[in-house]
Amino acid sequence: MTAMEGKRLRIGLLFIGPWIFGFLLLSVYPVVASLYFSLCDYSVLSRPVFIGWQNYGDLVFDELFWKSLYNTIVYASLLIPLGFLVSFALALMLNFDLRGKGVFRAVIFLPSLVPMVCLAVIWRWMLNGEFGLVNTLISPLATFLNAWIGTDFQPPSWLQEAVYAKLGLVLASLWCVGNAVVIYLAGLQDVPRHLYEAAEIDGANFWHKTRHITIPVVSPVIYFNSIMALIGAFQVFAVPYVMMRGGNGPDGIGGPDRSLLFISTYIYQNAFDYWNMGYACAIGLILFLVILGLTLLATKISANRVYYAGS
Amino acid sequence: MMVEEVIRYQYSNRRVPGRIHVSGFASVSVLAMIVRMATLSKVMRSAQRKLGMFCAKVFAGLFVFLVLLTGCVGCFSSQKEDSDKVVINYWEKWSGFEGRAMREVVDDFNDSQDRIFVNFLKVSKIDRKLMLATAGGNPPDVAGLFSWILPVYVENGALLPLDKYAREAGIRSDDYIDIFWQMCRHRGHLWALPTTPASNALHWNKKLFREAGLDPERPPRTIAELERFNEQLLRRSPVGKIEIMGHLPQEPGWWVHQWGRWFGGSLWDGEETVTAYSPENLAAFQWIASYPRRFGVEDLLAFRDGFGNFASPQNAFFQGRVAMVLQGPWMYNFIQNYAPEDFEWGVAPFPGSGMESGASVTIAESDVLVIPKGAAHPREAFEFIRYVNRREVMEKLCLAHRKFSPFKEVTPGFVKKHPNPYIEVFIELAKSPGAKSPPNMATWAEYRDDLIAAANRVSLLEGTAEEVLREVQERQQKALDRKSKRWKRVEKQRMKEWDEL
Repeated sequence: MTAMEGKRLRIGLLFIGPWIFGFLLLSVYPVVASLYFSLCDYSVLSRPVFIGWQNYGDLVFDELFWKSLYNTIVYASLLIPLGFLVSFALALMLNFDLRGKGVFRAVIFLPSLVPMVCLAVIWRWMLNGEFGLVNTLISPLATFLNAWIGTDFQPPSWLQEAVYAKLGLVLASLWCVGNAVVIYLAGLQDVPRHLYEAAEIDGANFWHKTRHITIPVVSPVIYFNSIMALIGAFQVFAVPYVMMRGGNGPDGIGGPDRSLLFISTYIYQNAFDYWNMGYACAIGLILFLVILGLTLLATKISANRVYYAGS
Repeated sequence: MMVEEVIRYQYSNRRVPGRIHVSGFASVSVLAMIVRMATLSKVMRSAQRKLGMFCAKVFAGLFVFLVLLTGCVGCFSSQKEDSDKVVINYWEKWSGFEGRAMREVVDDFNDSQDRIFVNFLKVSKIDRKLMLATAGGNPPDVAGLFSWILPVYVENGALLPLDKYAREAGIRSDDYIDIFWQMCRHRGHLWALPTTPASNALHWNKKLFREAGLDPERPPRTIAELERFNEQLLRRSPVGKIEIMGHLPQEPGWWVHQWGRWFGGSLWDGEETVTAYSPENLAAFQWIASYPRRFGVEDLLAFRDGFGNFASPQNAFFQGRVAMVLQGPWMYNFIQNYAPEDFEWGVAPFPGSGMESGASVTIAESDVLVIPKGAAHPREAFEFIRYVNRREVMEKLCLAHRKFSPFKEVTPGFVKKHPNPYIEVFIELAKSPGAKSPPNMATWAEYRDDLIAAANRVSLLEGTAEEVLREVQERQQKALDRKSKRWKRVEKQRMKEWDEL
């Protein structure tokens, strides 16, 4: 190594040093520590006592853990495909050469800038059974359907009924598709125009072009957004927590029949409300493994379906 | 000020007047960084890479700023005191008028002597923040907690026992209403002293009683009578929607997990057995389940959806939508602020099993002051706690909070001066043999959450009282066993430590 190279290396290390320091302190250490604490009876204030796999054994028989995992999976299963459909459809529409499309793009992205807590408070009112905007909008539809097919459907109390609570939360979460829309839009604008022109010469309509050109070309973007959505959905916490008033409401932190008890909420409860940090760490690691497993599965499934123009 | 001067002051362990104080470690780090930055600047000048140098400077500046900021975290908490006074940091959960009342007491204390300065800080979610601050070795000297959270703090060794200080200060258990003294004790030691206590009672809307043909001056005396009144007060719209109800166990639902108390039940045996699945608690949960059966789940949900926030004019009680609620003495203040001007109300013991025998049931709770383990100035902290526990100071605070004093004896005129015309009802309830406090157990937080969820399930008819309580019993017994095991591991060591202290 020459003197100049050594100097450059030192400068390089100096620049990257704070990141390495932060990474080791704020990422690696917590992961390693939580791995150790998950094998301990640990309450944060007392010395951790090694208990082997007991926390994991307890988890197997903890019905609230399974309930929270089930709730999280159901929520993710609803949100990820719906989020994809809504955001991709919006991106397609915004990709048309319309007048004032900049305004539309800004309007769709705007809700993503609203902090989670505000979003939760706003949606708590939007989903109110008596005075909520959502029910005000669907009431005429319900009346029409009831008159037409003779049913007795009433707009629900979204956040008070176990059946509807998760749907209400999904609805609120869909409000924040702006980020995904922007990324899809960037992908759509990269689709070579000559492919469309060639398809048009062959008589392809909009659906044909979308199905056979757009989706394959933007498949890496779809893959990226799906993985991000998967991680986000499995880590859902702030919105349901605030919607349920941090557990201070009469329905408790888990909402009606614990239908909004998600795995992150259960980790939080165990760590900070119940002083079971060791147990919370064990749940955290299970969550990590679930997300890792699903991400690997998604990668494997998409291996032959994602098209990389450069490869 | 020169860097050397800062460091000299750091090592002499004195504070530099008018300056942000950095810890010794942070100062040395800063100095090291400055030296490194100077060396780096030379290298970069010689390399004539102007852009790189500019970036490095910006980056180094940011880094030094962050280091300074980190070093200063512990220093912002102590400020404006005279240099020869001992500063104690006091964290309290109250804000608004309650916070202002406590600040007045703190100011009075600071003015009353010249040795100690209390630095008052309002902290939300104090139970969690105190846990983390204590774990981090930087707790305040005094903290205001809820009484029900003491056991978990005690069993984790997070508090200092106050027995010795209390003895030296001549504080006697006989001076306090028994239930409030007992809730400050756990595992044979005293851990806190009460500040503002409370009990709860039935509040009823006299106007709605009158409109329903009931005697507005006569509240119900048994659960059966409460339900009879409930039926009489019920009003539905022409399309069948509930408009007014007499009572709803989940409005506001603050003690929904403890309804069993009014049926003669308890939640544990005081030792190692959870008693959620007892006939009394079953009766309470069957009573909760009777509401959706009688009034309809959908109708009740729609009715509850129409309630606004508690602290607002849309409160169901103030709006005249629910005629009877279980509430504490603070309700007076909310009525003054949010209820209509012509709002007529009364307060009486909530009907329950012990009422005929004169042992009216109430849930008594108290705000308490504690000294966390690791507090820098425990003796001075206790001096402040002692000051708050002077009868006249306590009464001033309790009057401002619209609560009553935790002392058995109050100064003549306290009740007369009290703005709440029903304060005596709360005082008598707290002194009643039927007064209960939340279980003194380390698992209370999870037990409470579990009971709230169970009550929610029966109110949605998603499970029967038997099913949900059996599940709670099983789960909470396991949780208690786990905590008992944890406690047994450290019991001897803790007891020894506490006895020595």
